[in-house]
Amino acid sequence: MTIPNIVGAGLIVIGAGLGIGKIGGSAMDAIARQPEASGKIQTAMLIAAALIEGIGFAALFAA
Amino acid sequence: MDKLIEQFSLGLFVWQSFLFIGLVLLLKKYAWKPILDAVNDREEGIKNALEEAENARKEMQDLTADNERILKEARTERDAMLKEARELKDGIIADAQEEAKTQANKVIQQAQATIASEKQAAIAEIKNQVAELSIGIAEKVVRAELEDKDRQHKLIKEMLKEVS
Amino acid sequence: MNTFKLLKTISLLWILATASISAKPALDKEEHPPQKDLKAEIKAYINHHLQDSYDFSLYSYTDEQGKHIYKGFPLPVILWDNGLKVFASAKFHHGETLAEVDGNYYKLYHGKIYKTDADGSIEYDAHHHPVNEKPLDFSLTKNVVFILLVALLMFFMFSKMARNYQKNPLPTGIGRLLEPIILYIRDDIAIPNIGEKKYKRYMSYLLTVFFFVWIINLLGLTPLGVNVTNNIAVTLALALMTYVITTFSGNKDYWKHIFWMPGVPWPMKIILAPIELLGTFIKPFSLMIRLYANITAGHVVLMSIIGLMFIFKNWIGSPLSFGLAFALSLLELLVAALQAYIFTMLSALYFGSAVEEHDHH
Repeated sequence: MTIPNIVGAGLIVIGAGLGIGKIGGSAMDAIARQPEASGKIQTAMLIAAALIEGIGFAALFAA
Repeated sequence: MDKLIEQFSLGLFVWQSFLFIGLVLLLKKYAWKPILDAVNDREEGIKNALEEAENARKEMQDLTADNERILKEARTERDAMLKEARELKDGIIADAQEEAKTQANKVIQQAQATIASEKQAAIAEIKNQVAELSIGIAEKVVRAELEDKDRQHKLIKEMLKEVS
Repeated sequence: MNTFKLLKTISLLWILATASISAKPALDKEEHPPQKDLKAEIKAYINHHLQDSYDFSLYSYTDEQGKHIYKGFPLPVILWDNGLKVFASAKFHHGETLAEVDGNYYKLYHGKIYKTDADGSIEYDAHHHPVNEKPLDFSLTKNVVFILLVALLMFFMFSKMARNYQKNPLPTGIGRLLEPIILYIRDDIAIPNIGEKKYKRYMSYLLTVFFFVWIINLLGLTPLGVNVTNNIAVTLALALMTYVITTFSGNKDYWKHIFWMPGVPWPMKIILAPIELLGTFIKPFSLMIRLYANITAGHVVLMSIIGLMFIFKNWIGSPLSFGLAFALSLLELLVAALQAYIFTMLSALYFGSAVEEHDHH
């Protein structure tokens, strides 16, 4: 692993972490606002997180 | 990425695809279809049972409503009958009273008429008797008077005087 | 009762394999190993653990004479090299000797089988990759055997459950655990994503893929540690199946939205078409990578933390490493289910987009 690779991997992790964190935070807000819709919100949250995660992993492998 | 491609094993891929497709087909026939059908049947059954219960409840309600209606009808009918009977009774009583009254009046009238006629007859009889008695007395008086000639003349004179 | 027996067998295997954990301290019985070598050894061990292998090894250790002792049993190697060649993997002696079959020599080198000459020499190219001929390899490796075992387990478990329904409309035994999951997949994954009308066609696939991935992930967390889903070949096969089903069930609207997106001006349509087309490949690709990477990362981290125990070698390292490994194992239990759920969920989503009927704009 060369240094650019490692830096790239770090950037990817930061980006993906921020993205997933934002999704999680927003989902929490949404659940707090509408607890009766928590099931749907959780599903949407997981899908969105999974998509970001997928891109993150793809980038990690490319790095 | 290179590592991924290097790690890729065709044999494993072929086995996995083969086994997995086999598993899907086998499970579809022997597990998923029967399980999902059974669950579906059960859900349908529960739904039907609930619907039936609802229907039965509705029917029961209808029945109770019907019963109530019939009862109400019966009650009004009974009330009407009672009223009619009462009216009839009142009518009969009134009629009877009327009848009795007229009858009594008739009897009274008859009695009055009889009394009146009896009275008339009695009066007439008394008159007759008084007349006869008067005549008798008059006869006797006359006889006594007429035994004396003077008196006869005097009487005649008096009578003539009265007539004139 | 069948399931009970299976569970018993599994727990027995578990106990048996826990021995591998207790046998591991044998690693540092080597005489004053330099720190660097120990790290390298742990790394090699992790790599070895992540790789598929031609024998079902339960555990291995180094004895006093510095000899590697492997406990396990060999599996059949099946090669296609101008004819079918079948032999037991014991012939390789864990890569130490050549296997000679019908006058051909095969060498196990870095977990792959190469055809060599009688001396077992390997030629390399400039990038230090072997250039020897590789025969087509359809061996029943550890992972294949494990897939087979899981498939059998699933078949017996679910067909037993299905048979129970014929006697009794209510679930019994393990069905009581599995039925809510099946209903969850039907009511919360398949129906909302695919639609009431068409979900039935995909239920078999969704249920099978969910339980397959879940069970195989869970069993990968046992001390046996046969982590099938960290092989790109396995996840590729699964993702490819989702792709094939999506593509074949795509209706007119689906293709129209890919090649000639309605509702946007025509220059955009030309730009969007290749992007959308690429998207159809990226979707299953991300499915493949996600499952592979999650499981691999989990195993690497878990194994590394266990490896820390041998690097610290003091009273603080072992409890720390144990505690971390324990917490991480719990997390991995969640990940095992979560990855199965996401794989199923996204597959359902893709099927849904393929069969969705848009109201015309």
